[in-house]
Amino acid sequence: MHSDIKTTSGHRGLQQEEGLIFELAQPGVSGVDLPAPKGGPSRLGGLERSAPIGLPGLTEPETVRHYVRISQKNYSIDTGFYPLGSCTMKHNPRLNEKMARLPGFADVHPLQPAQTVQGALALIDTCAHWLKQLSGMAAVAMSPRAGAHGELCGLMAIRAAHDAKGEARKYVLVPDSAHGTNPATAAACGYEVKTIPSKANGRVDLQALLGSLDDDCAALMLTNPNTCGLFERNVLDIAEAVHGVGAYFYCDGANFNALVGKVRPGDLGVDAMHINLHKTFSTPHGGGGPGSGPVVLSEALAPFAPLPFVVQGTSGFDVTENEVDSPQAFGRLGAFHGQMGMFVRAVAYMMSHGADGLKQVAEDAVLSANYIKASLEDVMSVSYEGPCMHEVLFDDRFLQGSGVSTLDFAKALIDEGYHPMTVYFPLVVHGAMLIEPTETESKQSLDSFIKVMRALALAVKEEGAAARFAAAPQLTPRRRLDETQAARQPILRWRPQAEPAQAAE
Amino acid sequence: MNDYMYTDQHEWVCVEGGVAIMGISIYAAEQLGDIVYVELPDIGASVSQGDEIAVVESVKAASEIYAPVSGVVIEINEALGEAPDTVNEDPRGEGWLLKLKMNKPADLEKLMDEAAYDSFIEDLG
Repeated sequence: MHSDIKTTSGHRGLQQEEGLIFELAQPGVSGVDLPAPKGGPSRLGGLERSAPIGLPGLTEPETVRHYVRISQKNYSIDTGFYPLGSCTMKHNPRLNEKMARLPGFADVHPLQPAQTVQGALALIDTCAHWLKQLSGMAAVAMSPRAGAHGELCGLMAIRAAHDAKGEARKYVLVPDSAHGTNPATAAACGYEVKTIPSKANGRVDLQALLGSLDDDCAALMLTNPNTCGLFERNVLDIAEAVHGVGAYFYCDGANFNALVGKVRPGDLGVDAMHINLHKTFSTPHGGGGPGSGPVVLSEALAPFAPLPFVVQGTSGFDVTENEVDSPQAFGRLGAFHGQMGMFVRAVAYMMSHGADGLKQVAEDAVLSANYIKASLEDVMSVSYEGPCMHEVLFDDRFLQGSGVSTLDFAKALIDEGYHPMTVYFPLVVHGAMLIEPTETESKQSLDSFIKVMRALALAVKEEGAAARFAAAPQLTPRRRLDETQAARQPILRWRPQAEPAQAAE
Repeated sequence: MNDYMYTDQHEWVCVEGGVAIMGISIYAAEQLGDIVYVELPDIGASVSQGDEIAVVESVKAASEIYAPVSGVVIEINEALGEAPDTVNEDPRGEGWLLKLKMNKPADLEKLMDEAAYDSFIEDLG
């Protein structure tokens, strides 16, 4: 085994071992040559630094190497297949990047007078137009910075709508398969959270939902397709029941990639939904770039949309900044309009695909997930029968009796050069493994992944499998980390060796 | 101390002199995996049976813990702040979560005894 070879340097071939920047630092070293200050009276009024500043001292090439080496330890969508369920890790087209770097988009400032940034405002308006068209909704708030921020925006609009009617409603309904951010958002908005159970077919229990609904319900938060990768077939009945008690229907749009161009959430009775531009519309995420979570709103919620927003007037585009111009706006979520760079990339993606192309995005994403499902269902345990949407959910029944856990299985995938799928989520099945291939993987790429998954699933049955899987990963710069110890006694900052480390600072 | 009684949410409770001491079952501790954090209520908090009363966080997930009986919180297991792993090691003993001064003894009728709980978890597979 090559993994047994010991080197003098600690490096392993082209895999460079790299310490923390503070450990590499040498006292007195600096990448910048500044002339020593020439005497004279101090003008710092007694506030001069009395101890070393504590910044690491490295030369410029050492600094460059440090960050390049660290960057090479990242696994990204540009490195390989990234089947993380519910995250839609699709390819980030380079055309988007080229457009985002055009000086007219890249070099503008949010405080520039509106007449000097008409192109940028037109782009925000175009992005808004596409989002409204694709969702079949009346309005869109562009400013939320990410999916959970979008949820907050949607729930705050819903709260404002109830407040405007003088109603103080008490709770928000959330299915048990929901993203954890849903109940967190509802609680952050001051609502009690009531959980609705799933049925054996992985979908919301309609009877339980109807039984929980009354005049104290502020909203339902539903993900569709849900986190099991299944379309909520009763969605129209659900919407009707929710509206029937005067509540609003919030849809978690994290899985819009399965619907874009095919189904308009507005037609399903949705009142508010965030759209993750960094998922469905291919803008980078997962460390590659900031998220962006515009929220589309129904007629009923549109007046409560947050400030600021772009409007088209007779003399071009302008930005509505003040409550005088939008008296029911619930407030402001951030200083400016939102993630401009992401809007540019999303519009580039929308325009390069066109309406027909976006429809094919959804179709191919669903096809890819079903291809993986069909190719693995004889060796793994699919949680729900029948076709899935854009992601496929397996549970750990196929591991039963082997001593191998879902976590071990995921770690073994790392040795094969893949980022693991989402594990232990959703919570509604035991030892969940949620795989989302997206439409951007070729058949060849899917086949390579399937080959690895099949081999691992068969290896589980072999003699000594438990010990072998528990030892994975073996080929990585670091072996399996002690997740329990890291959570119980986190060390969150580096300290000089003389200073004892304090846990959980 | 009296016998252990259980909820279908895998909490146990033991009653002595109107005070209920509670925790999570051995089954629950095993299912959750390594517990890394326990969030306990304030002393004096008043709860009804079935209300969320604590949160147990493991490496896998954060799980709500529900009050097995109605009452007022009179004591919490402070030691779990430093040593949440006690819940894994001894869920029915040193890993207890809190004590409730019961105010609705009839709540106990809705709980399972040891044998009923054993067959309940057996049915879960």
